[in-house]
Amino acid sequence: MNLNYLFSLLAVTVLFLVPWVGVDILGKKELFGLIIPYFAVLIFIGGFIHRIIHWAQSPVPFRIPTTCGQGQSLSWIKQNKIDNPSTTMGVILRMILEIVCFRSLFRNIRLEYREGKHISYEWEKWLWLGALAFHWSFFVIIIRHMRFFTEPVPFFIKALEDLDGFLQIGLPGIFISGFVLLAAVLYLFFRRIYIHQVRYISLASDYFPLFLIMAIAISGIIMRYFTKVDIISVKEMTMGLVTFHPVVKEGVHTIVYVHLFLVCVLIAYFPFSKLMHSGGIFMSPTRNLANTTRVKRHINPWNYPVPVHTYEAYESEFREKMKEAGLPVEKE
Amino acid sequence: MADELKPEELLNQTRQNHQSNPPITSWMDTPTIIRKGMYCYASNPKSVEYLGLPNARKWNPIEDDWKLPDNWQEIIHKGFKERLERFRSIKVFMDICVRCGACADKCHFFIGTGDPKNMPVLRAELIRSIYRNDFTSAGKIFGRLAGARKMTLDVLKEWWYYFFQCSECRRCSVYCPYGIDTAEITILGRELLNLIGLNIDWIATPVANCYRTGNHLGIQPHAFKEMIEFFCEDIEEITELKLEPNFNKKGADILFITPSGDVFADPGTYTCMGYLMLFHYLKEKYGLEVTWSTYASEGGNFGFFTSHETMKRLNSKMYAEAKRLGVKWILGGECGHMWRVIQQYMSTMNGPADFLEVPVSPITGTKFENAKETKMVHIAEFTADLIKHGKLDLNPSRNDKYKITFHDSCNPSRGMGLLEEPRYVINQTCNHFYEMPTNTIREQTFCCGSGSGLNAGENIELRMAGGLPRANAVKYVHEKFGVNMLACICAVDRAALPTLMEYWVPDVGVIGLHELVANALILPGECERTTDLRGEPLSEEEGE
Ligand code: HEM
Ligand code: SF4
Ligand code: SF4
Repeated sequence: MNLNYLFSLLAVTVLFLVPWVGVDILGKKELFGLIIPYFAVLIFIGGFIHRIIHWAQSPVPFRIPTTCGQGQSLSWIKQNKIDNPSTTMGVILRMILEIVCFRSLFRNIRLEYREGKHISYEWEKWLWLGALAFHWSFFVIIIRHMRFFTEPVPFFIKALEDLDGFLQIGLPGIFISGFVLLAAVLYLFFRRIYIHQVRYISLASDYFPLFLIMAIAISGIIMRYFTKVDIISVKEMTMGLVTFHPVVKEGVHTIVYVHLFLVCVLIAYFPFSKLMHSGGIFMSPTRNLANTTRVKRHINPWNYPVPVHTYEAYESEFREKMKEAGLPVEKE
Repeated sequence: MADELKPEELLNQTRQNHQSNPPITSWMDTPTIIRKGMYCYASNPKSVEYLGLPNARKWNPIEDDWKLPDNWQEIIHKGFKERLERFRSIKVFMDICVRCGACADKCHFFIGTGDPKNMPVLRAELIRSIYRNDFTSAGKIFGRLAGARKMTLDVLKEWWYYFFQCSECRRCSVYCPYGIDTAEITILGRELLNLIGLNIDWIATPVANCYRTGNHLGIQPHAFKEMIEFFCEDIEEITELKLEPNFNKKGADILFITPSGDVFADPGTYTCMGYLMLFHYLKEKYGLEVTWSTYASEGGNFGFFTSHETMKRLNSKMYAEAKRLGVKWILGGECGHMWRVIQQYMSTMNGPADFLEVPVSPITGTKFENAKETKMVHIAEFTADLIKHGKLDLNPSRNDKYKITFHDSCNPSRGMGLLEEPRYVINQTCNHFYEMPTNTIREQTFCCGSGSGLNAGENIELRMAGGLPRANAVKYVHEKFGVNMLACICAVDRAALPTLMEYWVPDVGVIGLHELVANALILPGECERTTDLRGEPLSEEEGE
């Protein structure tokens, strides 16, 4: 048994129960419906900005893109302008591909040791597919949730909802994104414990967000398809939050508080965790720089003078030998 | 290598390591045992002292006492902090890894050893765990749950062992969704280790040599000249032409700098002869004056494997010498890490080179726009341009006995993007060229297993294991197409690959790009050649 994931599972289970106790037994609706959400958002925004500024405070002394294709060279040699960009446009395209399509992850291959002599590399796009499914469904869900914080609901949110709910099965209509998210998170979790290399490198802090997101997705699915919650009241509460006229409505099922609380934990945890990769990827010097150091000087703000062995010192040491060998010298 | 593992045994050991699960204990609880064959000897105190680097003393990695300064923990902590403030790369890479494992099986050292701590992500975690403990609130509060641990002597030894099992090849960074570059992390780790005098001799001594004599091998000026002249005699035997290379010549058009390894050992020496013949040709036909320098007689830069500062100290000679000699621009020979330094560091560290001209090939008129700032051109670019303009008389059939495949060196591929130029030159100078499988070339190329100063003798098991993925791909084309020559554009490759081939694929030799060029190049006034640069008959049949 792996303590790392047991601990995270336990933590998330406790977090799942906290609002039941808090709301159902102790009746702290304001705390869970108003105060904690405000705090969480504050921590998220403050923490996120702080982290970005913290990174930005360190300079990028050298231009070190990882070049993944032919560089700019002689006019008749075809450059790979995206994987080895020499212009800002190229860098932007490269970054878009990374962020929207997980370009680098798409390169993934798997090592296979066969009984024979050769090592081989096998097709392996599952991680890429799982990661894409996970992030995109997450993204769609976030956008869809904006309907709770806007009045009137902008058309693109409605359009996205229609698209997401195109499988018109039963009532309420099924949103695919929620199930895709759950499936993808489950996949990411199982690969973490199933692939022994990945299990070996995993920390408790790698399982925790997975369980947390799983719990959020499950509580969401419960709300929508099983415990039919009073959407009108929920929306009144959420609109209250964004317009700074917070209200607590009676008759809102506890599962709503659970869902809300878990989301609060996620966003408050965000800035202090690996989830900051979402901001960090934009600042990764191996990806966001053009490969142009031979063309344009890159400045290192802390470039300091270093001791060097000058030609004069060199010649002084070897002058006689140099003269004997017929090498030109500065001082006879 | 008598007491070393046989290839079969090594392969079995590796396969077993891969097929068995990792240790039951978590990696933090799995002690690191420094094993013979896997590590390099400690640096010679004289070299460390000559460079004025910290804590010069005699020490031995397999002894318990590493003779560290009493406050070593403080030095490491401070050094770490300073570097976090100086390098955004480190800061970001410390924070954002999600441990997805995409990089894990991309490292040739992991593939070749099966040691989980050679997975790039785990190599990085060795240092990240200390980062969390010392610099993050999550680490301070949650400790191990957040992946933090305290700096101890065992951790330090683990760092030393595994940061000298990374060849800074950047392959992992190609596959990482955030571009996390474990090479960058290793560079940082080695810098920290250097602060308390933990280097290896295979790096420290070349660096000291280079500082003093201008090249890694410590060849003094007169000897350097003699060695080159010795090659000229060999060339005279083959072509009946007398070559007169320039040394330290003021007012030459171009300064040529290449790794000294090629002056010293086969088969690099043949590449060196290749350069000499090309320059002779260009002088005779077009009046181009190229000069060698004894002061800047090293293209490679093992300082890069020590610290950014040491890299800068060694690199400074290139511009200094170009300025002193008053050349127009600099031409760089075939080398891997040398070119990463030139491409990504030189002008930032030691520029601007405003005393030089934007490189223009005086023969073809081509302006090397991509080297506008550094004023340094790669010889593969230079030669490709000459061939493209029809400026070289070539007889590719003189390379007919070779079935060639091409090894992309890590740094030109992943730190530069020099992929097509050497391929073009090979295709124009040889008739039989076969690529290795896609996953093992270009930006996905595998390291020779001996890069970043790990090309020593005592760590031979590490080198053979690390080179296994490269050798495996060579073996594939050897069996499929009968490939018998592995071409490369790197002096470390020419030193390391012959051993690797002899171990894994004994029928394949190693050859530098400009040896191929010179074999094919028809020099004005040369005699009918009967042998190649190696003094071997031009074709197999003639030999029989
Ligand atoms: C710019 C936006 C983002 C990009 C480009 C991005 C990209 C990635 C990539 C490439 C991976 C590795 C593949 C994987 O393990 O799934 C990953 C992992 C992950 N991402 Fe994101 N991500 C972004 C935003 C987010 C956000 C907003 C969250 C919010 C919760 C998130 C949560 C996660 C989690 C939990 C993992 C780890 C999955 C695992 O444990 O295997 N990501 N991300
Ligand atoms: S590929 Fe990148 S994010 Fe994934 S484990 Fe490796 S270093 Fe971390
Ligand atoms: S840089 Fe190369 S040697 Fe180092 S961890 Fe990455 S793949 Fe391995």
